[in-house]
Amino acid sequence: MPPETSDALIIPIREQQDVLTARQKARTIASGLGLGIADQTRLATAISELTRNAILYAGGGECQLWDQSDDNTFRIRVEVRDQGPGIDDIALAMRDGYSTSGGLGAGLSGAKRLMDDFEIETSSAGTRVIVTLERSRQESFYI
Amino acid sequence: MRIPILRLGDILLTSIQVDLIDEDILQFQHDVLTMIKNRDAQGVVIDITSMEVVDSFMARVINDTANMARLLGAEVVVCGIQPSVALTLVEMGRGLIGVTSTFNLEQGLREIERRLAARLLRPVTDGDSNAT
Repeated sequence: MPPETSDALIIPIREQQDVLTARQKARTIASGLGLGIADQTRLATAISELTRNAILYAGGGECQLWDQSDDNTFRIRVEVRDQGPGIDDIALAMRDGYSTSGGLGAGLSGAKRLMDDFEIETSSAGTRVIVTLERSRQESFYI
Repeated sequence: MRIPILRLGDILLTSIQVDLIDEDILQFQHDVLTMIKNRDAQGVVIDITSMEVVDSFMARVINDTANMARLLGAEVVVCGIQPSVALTLVEMGRGLIGVTSTFNLEQGLREIERRLAARLLRPVTDGDSNAT
């Protein structure tokens, strides 16, 4: 795991409005780096899925955003953590179409597909999901 | 935040202009269905041009709304899906499956009108005349 830099943006996730705040802030970071609208949308959508889960299953949590870009790579790291009861069966929760809440069941698996890196830790003390969007600075086209 | 629903003859016209929280879109679903019933609306156009994020929950509610409206007997078209939203939904493994979509509001209205005109031509059967 990359070292945590000090400039993390921390957004408390308590109510639905915070989901919008988190994804708007992430979008601002992505557009500030010059990432295209598709990547901004991927990031915002993944955050929407993860923060909604935190509210739905844990009554809230926290979303942290880091710009960890370096000379070669644009890198935005997102960590969503909660102190809920944890996920009983991660394999099942990651499965496409599986939902305990009446969504599409695409929340976790969807966020994973949209991002370049996906880690999840869960226990009875809570759940932590870390996703990263990575783009080479050399790539010349972004939609 | 309540999304306004306009009536244009037999057709309901609605445009989602702001970032919505889950409760708003569920309220919207309720409002659309109620208005179809109360006004005997024959068609609904849902414009989502301004939606920058459609996550799995939003997609699910839009899908459900279209299916519910269809069950009531109305035709539904979603219009203005942003390319980045389409890309994201498909990458996530989901689309707005089963919903007809058009580029813009004008085409959406035209599509609804076309379908309503086709309804008048279609012979009434007691089978699954609404199946497509």
